Amino acid sequence: MKRTEPLEFHQPTSLAEATRIMLDGGPGGYFLAGGTDLVIAMKEKGLVPKYVVDLKRIPSLSGIREEADGGFTIGALTTMREVEISPLIVGRYPFLAQSAAEVGSIQIRNRATIGGNMANATPSADVAPPLLALDAKARVAGAGGERVMDLKDFFRGPGQTVAEPGDILTEIMIPPQDSRLVGEYIKFSPRDMMDLAYIGVAVTVTLAEADRRCENVAIALGAVSPTPMRAPEAEAVLQGQVLSEELAEEAGRKAAEECRPISDVRSSAEYRRAMVRVNTKRALLNAAAGGGPVPWTSRRDRRYA
Amino acid sequence: MSQTIEFTLNGKPTSVDAPAHRLLLDLLRDEIGITGTKEGCGTGDCGACTVYLNGQPVNSCLVLTGELSDTDVVTIEGLKDGDVYHPIQAAFIEDGGAQCGYCTPGMLMMAASFLEENPDPTDDDIRFALSGNLCRCTGYVKIVEAVQDAAAELRRRAGKGQDHE
Repeated sequence: MKRTEPLEFHQPTSLAEATRIMLDGGPGGYFLAGGTDLVIAMKEKGLVPKYVVDLKRIPSLSGIREEADGGFTIGALTTMREVEISPLIVGRYPFLAQSAAEVGSIQIRNRATIGGNMANATPSADVAPPLLALDAKARVAGAGGERVMDLKDFFRGPGQTVAEPGDILTEIMIPPQDSRLVGEYIKFSPRDMMDLAYIGVAVTVTLAEADRRCENVAIALGAVSPTPMRAPEAEAVLQGQVLSEELAEEAGRKAAEECRPISDVRSSAEYRRAMVRVNTKRALLNAAAGGGPVPWTSRRDRRYA
Repeated sequence: MSQTIEFTLNGKPTSVDAPAHRLLLDLLRDEIGITGTKEGCGTGDCGACTVYLNGQPVNSCLVLTGELSDTDVVTIEGLKDGDVYHPIQAAFIEDGGAQCGYCTPGMLMMAASFLEENPDPTDDDIRFALSGNLCRCTGYVKIVEAVQDAAAELRRRAGKGQDHE
């Protein structure tokens, strides 16, 4: 395996310092979080950074906290493993914890960060669909101060975000949700672990207790468009309706229509559409049947149920 | 462009002059000269290079030396307690958990860390935890058996466990 090339290495201790180093340094600089994308790019894809700015010495960029209004804030340098095992996340949004557990191995998840994963903007990123289905926001700090945007607007294309040079994604925020909200994430991939998704589907639904009407529904898809996406036409099928197998099927059909997959080494576009159709339906029915963490050993059974 | 990096390696304060871009794996093997940590894939898929960084198992093939100041690194050389094997090492020997032996240091590091979190795992728990450690010899049956036996021994030592057998 190829070795990394010499580079300048910076370890700033504040956001402002990190931004300044990047603006002064100019092109060829990369922020480093967990390194599980950057170092692999240096070894496998011939990336040669002129300099690297390690963000791990900046205090208070990691950790998960519940806000007074019930929203959650996840620091950008929080590792995937922390998201996976956080009692707060596991208790309230088990499908989000599960999506983090779908990434790589424990060794990778001990290093990979949620902010690095979002900033890398891979269309197949596992945590992206659950976050989009929860209307997550991104906080970005840079030379012009801070700004907050919908996470879905943070992504611009494969590997591309709206971040300007020197901008740093600092937090992912999940707004407060209805206490009845349940969700499900299905990663459809060739292997149960250590693999990338053919497609990913996350749904969240809030069902009226009396008649199981969908008071609120969100459907988000991964690996089927240049960025992780919401499926508004599929959501519209269900909004205000009583969830049934037929309606879930119809929502799946709409989601398959509105996604924009490509054919590549992992899968054809046609196959991805077909898998979006069936897995959107399954995710909706599974979520409505009762959320809760799904052990990895039963995920496959649940997918094919 | 070397710099002096001070960190703790297997419990000992350590100072090395090395360039920031050097991989932790290469720092250990080529500059410090402890070769128990192996390189398999080099891209974080196989786990042969697993070490603990600040107590957490990570792939040392993806860590840059520049990140190491004031960190705590433990390698397979630090797993033994003096001359006494860690129970996971003893169990791999007893159960034939090592085949060619190349993936073994990474397996041992990951398994030992996992058993601290989960002292009473199911076989599926073990397979989940070791999913990032690839053995290309035969398979994982004896490895899982060895982890179960080590778990039983650790529970016995902790004085609260009953063996399920």
